[in-house]
Amino acid sequence: MLAAAFTDFMQQVVSGLASGGIYALLALALVIIHRSTGVINFAQGEMATLSAYIAWALIAHHSWGYWPAFAATLVISFVGGIGIHTAVIRPVERGSVLRIVIVTIGLLVAINGFVVWQWSGEPQQLQSPFGTDVYDVGGVVVAAHDIGTITVALGIVLLLGALFRFTKVGLALRAAAVNPEEARLVGVRVSWMLGLGWGLAALLGAVAGMLTAPTVGLDPNMMAAVLIYAFAAAILGGIDSPIGAVVGGLLIGVLLNMLSFLSQYGMFDWFTEELRLPMALLIILAVLLVRPHGILGRPEVKRV
Amino acid sequence: MTPREQRIFGFAVFAAFAVIVLVLPQFISDFRARDYAYVGIYLIALLGLNILTGYTGQISLGHGAFMAIGGYTTAILMAGNEQFGGPIPSGMQDIWTLPIAGLVAGLFGLAFGLPALRLSGLYLALATFAIAVAMPSTVKRFEEHTGGGQGIQLFGLPELTGSNAVAPADPNAPATFEVLGLTFTQNDWMYYLAWSIALAAFAGAWLILRGRTGRAFRAVRDSETAAVSSGVSLARYKTLAFGISAAYAGVAGGLFAIASAFVNPDTFPIALSIFLLVGIVVGGLGGLSGLVVGAIFVAFLPLWAQGQDLGSVLPDSVIQGDTVSIPILGDFLFKGTSAPGGPAIVYGIVLILLMFVLPNGVGGLFRRVGQAITNRRYSRSK
Repeated sequence: MLAAAFTDFMQQVVSGLASGGIYALLALALVIIHRSTGVINFAQGEMATLSAYIAWALIAHHSWGYWPAFAATLVISFVGGIGIHTAVIRPVERGSVLRIVIVTIGLLVAINGFVVWQWSGEPQQLQSPFGTDVYDVGGVVVAAHDIGTITVALGIVLLLGALFRFTKVGLALRAAAVNPEEARLVGVRVSWMLGLGWGLAALLGAVAGMLTAPTVGLDPNMMAAVLIYAFAAAILGGIDSPIGAVVGGLLIGVLLNMLSFLSQYGMFDWFTEELRLPMALLIILAVLLVRPHGILGRPEVKRV
Repeated sequence: MTPREQRIFGFAVFAAFAVIVLVLPQFISDFRARDYAYVGIYLIALLGLNILTGYTGQISLGHGAFMAIGGYTTAILMAGNEQFGGPIPSGMQDIWTLPIAGLVAGLFGLAFGLPALRLSGLYLALATFAIAVAMPSTVKRFEEHTGGGQGIQLFGLPELTGSNAVAPADPNAPATFEVLGLTFTQNDWMYYLAWSIALAAFAGAWLILRGRTGRAFRAVRDSETAAVSSGVSLARYKTLAFGISAAYAGVAGGLFAIASAFVNPDTFPIALSIFLLVGIVVGGLGGLSGLVVGAIFVAFLPLWAQGQDLGSVLPDSVIQGDTVSIPILGDFLFKGTSAPGGPAIVYGIVLILLMFVLPNGVGGLFRRVGQAITNRRYSRSK
């Protein structure tokens, strides 16, 4: 009985980590945009969905191989992200927060509409780059895809950390975000940097989308819930911290699974699957109230 | 115009508008009256949201959720306790549920206003967005009161005014019923109910905003630091704004439930919250009269977008016969906007374009024109 419960427990942890990996990837994209432009992109989820659809269309309609399609999608998304920034974000960047929020919401609506219009709302299947292998570790089922997802998330954090920390572009990105005026004075092309931030985020979103689709199924709304978990992950980890985004994502994945696990064993029996999203909301609120800079973020200091 | 003249002018416009509202059903079809009833309902919600966002500067992307609270309150009260555990066994007459819907939603608003005190700008937008997204699953969780995904059906309930309407001899004419000695069709009744509440809500909002409270709201919006230094309590006025705003949304939600005679989680989707925000932006933040345009926009743009053919929007070179050739997307079929998704594309693009060309909404346009007139008069008198 106890052994069975333990296996069950481990299974929940593992699958929690797996979904957490997905939340982490999208959270990373949110963090990049917030860090480099100070904007929270409500269209991030839809951009990821669009990327996943592009990959799928290249494979299914144009009989491309997986990896060429994967690479092409990354390039298209990167360029598309920069394009979106230039075309619709830049004109409102200096305006009020509300205008930016509404523009990203407009993007959300338009992209979602475009996906439905172009590829219909029917769910599709996108293959996983890591194959469909499943391992049995002492009764706990681990999918190769899940291991792959988490590894990719961690790998991206290292890459991003290196980019921000050790490269000139990274320094310029940070400078442009922290203090645009002074960055401009020392010769940083601020608007390019902001555009680059959007490109990077779109690229990360593309990875998130292509890794989410194999597990939840490719569907125009597949990212709607993931976006909220990713928000929760980004807030929990600290909205400016890439490592925080991954830690937050994994924590939220495991935490939600723990609640379902415990509710099966009689504790927290008020918890049902429907409450997963509301729980994410509670986490967002709780973190913002108790520790607004998250676990790993730096507290924001405001001069008055 | 002097402030006095301005006020008289304002009253005159309001009175003229009320007259238009009163006689409009004479000139439109019975079917259209229902569409315009929804305009009135949206107006109420927009007034509430603008008190919060336009006047107090607190973004809410979750007002659809407050409408849902109002809508479910109305539905549960009307349905009685047989199925959903409403407090009044036999069910309540529809219009009497509306004050309660407003009150319940208002209390939720106050309760949310407290944590929201610590949030500002983007974070508040995010938290309220999460409310709107989390609402449907919360509703499904409490199935015993909300009917879960099935929702609550009000159609034909005796508590729904007009459900005992008598069909006239002519089968093509709509069924009518009497209230207070006046004869209404179902749609006309809905129209007058929504609009009388909307006009009262408008007057109420004006009264709240013109005095001390409104001044405090604007002070909070313009500079929190300055507001606190002048003795305005941030906590008090921000939560108050949330409460009032949510109460307006609750009444609108209740009316929404009555008008559709049905509520389920999809009645109040995340899109509704987005539409409301769009409505106040189109109508103009921090103004009241423009909201009428905002409400018309919210009610009719989705319908208008549905009718658009994207073929006429995209340049000819892109469309060859029945297919679009966008180089990367290759040979995907061009489906036209009658296909699902098309309206959303148009809607999203219009939304973004509006932010570019009319950042202050139609209300801002009104004000600009008004200012131009004032300026001319001022310079002439010199």
